[in-house]
Amino acid sequence: MELAIAHETIARWQFGITTVYHFLFVPLTISLAAIVAGLETAWVRTNKEKYFHATKFWGKLFLINIAMGVVTGIVQEFQFGMNWSDYSRFVGDVFGAPLAMEALIAFFFESTFIGLWIFGWDKLPKKIHAACMWMVALGTVLSAYFILAANSWMQHPVGYTIDPATGKAQLTDIAKVLFQNTTLTVVFHTLTAAFLTGAAFMVGIASFHLWKAKRRPETADPKKTAVMRTSLRLGLVLAVVFGAGTALSGDTLGKVMFEQQPMKMAAAEALWDTQSPAPFSIFAVGDVSKGHNSVALEVPGVLSFLAHNDFSSTVPGINDTAAAEAAQHGGDPKDYIPSVFVTYWGFRFMIGFGMTSFVAGLIGLWTTRRKLFLHPEFRTGDTEVPRLMLTPKREMGPLLTKWSWRIGILTMGFPLIANSFGWIFTEMGRQPWAVFGLMTTASAVSPNVSVGTQIGALVTFTLLYAVLAVVEVRLLVKYAKAGPVVTEQPPAKDPSLRGPSSDEDADKPLAFAY
Amino acid sequence: MQLHDVWFVLIAVLWIGYFFLEGFDFGIGILSKPLARNTAERRVLINTIGPVWDGNEVWLLTAGGATFAAFPDWYATLFSGFYIPLLIILVCLIIRGVAFEYRAKRDGARWQRNWEEAIFWTSLLPAFLWGVAFANIVRGVDIDAQKNYVGTFWDLLNPYALLGGLVTLTLFTFHGAVFAALKTVGEIRERARQAALKAGLATAVVALAFLVWTQADSGNGRSLVALVIAVLALLGAIAANQIGREGWAFILSGATIVAAVAMLFLALFPNVMPSTLNDAWSLTVSNASSASYTLRLMTIVAAVFTPLVLLYQGWTYWVFRKRIGVQHIPGHAPAAELEQV
Repeated sequence: MELAIAHETIARWQFGITTVYHFLFVPLTISLAAIVAGLETAWVRTNKEKYFHATKFWGKLFLINIAMGVVTGIVQEFQFGMNWSDYSRFVGDVFGAPLAMEALIAFFFESTFIGLWIFGWDKLPKKIHAACMWMVALGTVLSAYFILAANSWMQHPVGYTIDPATGKAQLTDIAKVLFQNTTLTVVFHTLTAAFLTGAAFMVGIASFHLWKAKRRPETADPKKTAVMRTSLRLGLVLAVVFGAGTALSGDTLGKVMFEQQPMKMAAAEALWDTQSPAPFSIFAVGDVSKGHNSVALEVPGVLSFLAHNDFSSTVPGINDTAAAEAAQHGGDPKDYIPSVFVTYWGFRFMIGFGMTSFVAGLIGLWTTRRKLFLHPEFRTGDTEVPRLMLTPKREMGPLLTKWSWRIGILTMGFPLIANSFGWIFTEMGRQPWAVFGLMTTASAVSPNVSVGTQIGALVTFTLLYAVLAVVEVRLLVKYAKAGPVVTEQPPAKDPSLRGPSSDEDADKPLAFAY
Repeated sequence: MQLHDVWFVLIAVLWIGYFFLEGFDFGIGILSKPLARNTAERRVLINTIGPVWDGNEVWLLTAGGATFAAFPDWYATLFSGFYIPLLIILVCLIIRGVAFEYRAKRDGARWQRNWEEAIFWTSLLPAFLWGVAFANIVRGVDIDAQKNYVGTFWDLLNPYALLGGLVTLTLFTFHGAVFAALKTVGEIRERARQAALKAGLATAVVALAFLVWTQADSGNGRSLVALVIAVLALLGAIAANQIGREGWAFILSGATIVAAVAMLFLALFPNVMPSTLNDAWSLTVSNASSASYTLRLMTIVAAVFTPLVLLYQGWTYWVFRKRIGVQHIPGHAPAAELEQV
């Protein structure tokens, strides 16, 4: 029994570490792919140099980031078989399908077109080159869609039947798996959050450069400032649009979860007893063994509203939900309660960090505005650092200005933290289930892998991830700090204009080489 | 032919595609150490696979994902059973991918040398371990009534499997050398041809021994045909390399991989993982497969998207068809490099 617990615990730690680590890179990859594609399209259409330099700059950071996303994704695909073989046997018929589609449709897109984009600057016509990045962006979105459909099936299994002969899940309706409301809302929520992540990343790095240019105007390069100004404004717009989208989709997803996994949402609120109307908890210290909170600060009725758009509706509590699950599946009600501490705080950190970036974007968008409610004398040009304007004629004071730029820089990682807590919340909140209502996590592990082997793998992966994280972050910092290389010129000739056999530049160096 | 037989063939095709493509980029990784005399030459070799290695690797992910969907028990038994070799392969693939992307992103001899060292070892180890894994699949391993592998890691390192590992290692190195000769220009192209000869002869020795052993142990009429094709293709590849027909040499070294891997799958069928403990416990195409709905669905998906993948991956190879020499490597001076990344 103890051995079984160790098995499950180590496998879960490995899954958690790998997944959270992988998902540090994923949202940036998804958002930066589309952003870089957009910037390159802007360059192709307007021929403005600043868009070319912005494409190159953000493209470079994107490449450093995607390399890590790709390689950690390989582990994601194989650890189901390695650590969770009983899970794989039970669900492979259903769960394997979206995974295989992800590889065949999305991964090939991403990996092939990224190669073309990296090495194809002087080999492809501009428009085709930009189109390659759009294909990469499409690949990242499709990839997210398929894997989230698979995850949504674990959260809320649909479109399957249990084969009476083998006791295994069998797919009966792929459309239900791909298009159930859990999948659609989760995809919406994850993608909006991904773009919020990229937006905050852009705002942070642009703020760093603009604040430096503001402090030391003599060393500032107007071309760099132009790139960063555009980046800042783009980042702020994206932060506001996708911050609002994240909130909206999060609210919708919450309502879906109240219906499909009441335990997760009750735990997210540390709502021990069923209440109508139910309050929203601001702060709570709970006593899990007794099943109640010892300290609680609450806003009445708000949870009822979040769950059902009705301030007086009933929201089931942890104790009642656990009793109901125990009655249905057998065993002790306590076995059906996830870690309330992790779920409760995970939920709060997710919302707190995510929404801070949204608010920062909102404030930033207003204060750096170019024309709206702005006296003409405060307007700044394309190559200048924007002045932070509170009212049409009132600029922020030096202290406020300093801290505004600093907040822009300091909050750049906030959505990353929010994303991690979001996953920890939704996966931990589903426990003890691997597939909700069908298979417990404890019965999903590989029975034949020894604890020693598992520990070895856990230590190996964790150390490797840690080393690579240091390498990756140092590279990112180096290139982010260096800023765009504004001396770089776009590929001189459009390759579409010359025949493939022209020898005039046979010895010309590659536009890009490893 | 039933649906699960079709899927057995499709899984075989995906693995063949993977070994054909990643085979030469593993080979390039291995050769980047002994074949290149300086940094510029090493960069020439690495850049021959620069735009394509990532797409090649996705064949593995697709083979894995397709096995999960079509044969969940095969996927579960294989990956939980071959845990440690697979762990090593995963670690290698992680480091390898990062190494290609990051090597030139910072100046400094030590930084670059470390990544070059990494590219060599992380290409060599998987090239060897895939052979070990596949030899064990064909030979059969200790699988119990619950379809779980109950042997140890050391059981996987039996003589037959180690020989299989040597076959993939030498064959991929040969395939890589032939590819290097096809894709480079200048002095290194000559040396690649010479290396291809050595690697080709080494491959001929170990591959012949391994394939004959396989045929004797678990072969049938169809696998014998594949064996003959593999041997003829290998000899043809060596000969073509000798007379300087680099394109033919590459096609034939690729054909060797196709035929050799096909032979393993033909020897395996209708099993997917035979048990050495009890024949009744063997995983077969019928007892390890998904139900017909999933197989039908995945057949449609594969039929639509596989040709598309081949089309745009083929286009990539066309776009980057030019040979590379040291003169194409942008500025060796460290300062210029930052501009190029």
